[in-house]
Amino acid sequence: MRRALGRRTALRAMASALVATLALGVAACGGDDDKGTGTGAAEAGPNGVDDGSELTLWTRAPLEKQANLLVNAYNTSHKNKVKLTVVPNDDYVAKVGAAAGSGGLPDLFAADIVYVPNWVNQGLFQDLSTNINGLPFKDSINKGHLSAGTVDGKPHVLPFVLDLSMLFWNKKLFKDAGLDPEKAPATLEDYAAAAKKVQAMKKPGVYGTAAGLNCGGCLVFTWFPSIWASGGDVLSDDGKDAKLADPAAQKVYSTWQDLWKSGAVLPSSESETGPTWTAAFTEGKVGLMLYPATLLSSTPFDAGVAGIPGPGGGASTFVGGDGIGVSKDSKKAAQAWNFLSWMMSEDAQVEVLAKNKDVVSRSDLANNKYAAADPRLVTINEVAGKGDTPVAMNFQQAFNAPNSPWLTLVRNQVLKGGGDLQKENGEITAVLKQ
Amino acid sequence: MSVNAPSRARPRGRRRQALLGWLYATPTAVFVVALFAVPLLLVVQMSGSRWPLLTGNRGVNFPDNFTKAVNHRFFTDSVLFTIKYTVLATVLLLVLGLGLALLVQESSRWNNLLRASFLIPSALGLASASLLFYVFYSPYASPLKSLMDAWGFTFLGTPNAALFSTTFLIVWRYAGFYMVLMLVGLQGIPADVFEAARSDGATRWQIFTKVTLPLLRPTLALTTVLCVTGSLLAFEQFYILTKGGPDNSTITVVQLIYQVAFQGQNDLGVAGAISVIVLVALVLINAVQLRAFRSEES
Repeated sequence: MRRALGRRTALRAMASALVATLALGVAACGGDDDKGTGTGAAEAGPNGVDDGSELTLWTRAPLEKQANLLVNAYNTSHKNKVKLTVVPNDDYVAKVGAAAGSGGLPDLFAADIVYVPNWVNQGLFQDLSTNINGLPFKDSINKGHLSAGTVDGKPHVLPFVLDLSMLFWNKKLFKDAGLDPEKAPATLEDYAAAAKKVQAMKKPGVYGTAAGLNCGGCLVFTWFPSIWASGGDVLSDDGKDAKLADPAAQKVYSTWQDLWKSGAVLPSSESETGPTWTAAFTEGKVGLMLYPATLLSSTPFDAGVAGIPGPGGGASTFVGGDGIGVSKDSKKAAQAWNFLSWMMSEDAQVEVLAKNKDVVSRSDLANNKYAAADPRLVTINEVAGKGDTPVAMNFQQAFNAPNSPWLTLVRNQVLKGGGDLQKENGEITAVLKQ
Repeated sequence: MSVNAPSRARPRGRRRQALLGWLYATPTAVFVVALFAVPLLLVVQMSGSRWPLLTGNRGVNFPDNFTKAVNHRFFTDSVLFTIKYTVLATVLLLVLGLGLALLVQESSRWNNLLRASFLIPSALGLASASLLFYVFYSPYASPLKSLMDAWGFTFLGTPNAALFSTTFLIVWRYAGFYMVLMLVGLQGIPADVFEAARSDGATRWQIFTKVTLPLLRPTLALTTVLCVTGSLLAFEQFYILTKGGPDNSTITVVQLIYQVAFQGQNDLGVAGAISVIVLVALVLINAVQLRAFRSEES
């Protein structure tokens, strides 16, 4: 391997060694993650080291497509080789947890952005503040993702893939139902009315709308934006109080309860725990749905895209997806940074992500040539600016877990049309405060 | 001195023998220690320590984890559900296993075909079988979809439906296995006992209750212990089919352990505490079962 080193790489390695010595001499670098091995990301310069190392990267299954595209593009253009491991969504936390406990984390790993604050706090990611602060386009990196991974003013995590929740509608079904196929429902009430109209066609196997009603993560992703769009809030600023019993939230529940009662919701939504929550829409059997924007490229028919409306109007989105960082156990932080800095470059953002109709994580690249060709991408990029990423330490337990109090709240409010909303909201707060 | 001489030679031989014995036992001992004793001690240590999943051991905090475990909002529910499921599964499996064994015991032309068809599901791993049934039960992808639509029911939609659907999977998967165990037991009963009963004019029912069942007691004890233990530790089927839903109605104890450890709370200490509680309960339950079968025997 060593012999195969190019002269340029050798020079770069020498340069980075020089920088490392300087940094050590000045002792300005307070990062306790750098164990003095000289391979810390901070000393590797703005582009890191590309010396033919093998890097490992873990991600979860929902972002498999984007991860594959990025890794393949990187591997063909670099000497470093990234080995990608895709883990089923439900097993990801367990796998990362076990690896973190035994010091076996991969060099790079992505994390659902709602878990990032907790994981950064637990020390799973290395401090990348020197590198990230050195990026010339730092201010245009998606704020929600960056701040989720920032602890004590030090950013640890970069956006890997942004996944926004958007309102998707099936233009053909809209037309069949006598709705304007080019116009998005402007309010949540319009959304419900459109779903009922599609349902009223009584086409076999076709339903108005669908939702993952037994999937806490899906509901967070698709219903929080409705609350934000109407000016409401879901959490207090410190992420310790749930505000899911507020009038804005109540309006969202009652709209969905009415929709459920009217029979315009795909019946399997009731027990949908996540694995197939988008399948019916992708197959063209659902009129309109709050749907992940990452699936735009895999939606085979003509679909309209708009921001998620709230009761009474507005538009918002959940800026979800995964953040990525260098793990605490990585011995190749300099090489790992090479992947990350490439990932943030125009090459990767535009020629890989935007080309696949994905959202770029840099706002200065939002108006790229691919976005210009598909106006839906422009819509998504615009709404991305109005979106939000909730930050809370115990997010998983409060919202995503199969037995989360949030799931109990929604199922009681929507499916059973009852329950003590204040008490259920209190349960969420109790978990958030732990 | 001279008195001691012969006795000195003997212990040397015994010691050699003892050494050899230890040598023979070493491989097993190593495995038992590495794969059973060490993990067990680790769980006990976890249950007495503050041990978050992502940060590791943070020192002793006994008995906090146990109070947290018992006060967990799903602890009582999961214990009750596990017992309910265990009773249901055990009764069904033992009755069906014995029934099937009696059915295929009589040598007939279809004998081999029947035995094979009952046993085939046992060749499938439980997780694979659960995935198979996940699709089968899915209101979205199931081949029974039109039937579900027409009758307006779902297999996993309500708490009772979810329990019965999962139990059906387990019965399908394990009935053949218990049939084989019962068959072995049945064939261990000497034929002349039946002959004697028959020549005494006993009816079929009398033979079954007065001869077969009493002589089958060791087999019944084995299958009951196996089935009860297996059902109390149920996990895969519920993890894959229901994830504890709908509305947290099908959380088994082991699932609770998994959820506490990996899905949200991420607290290995509390999960370890529940594991220790389950372990103690299992030891007690099995001791009681074995004693019950033994006392009836004597």
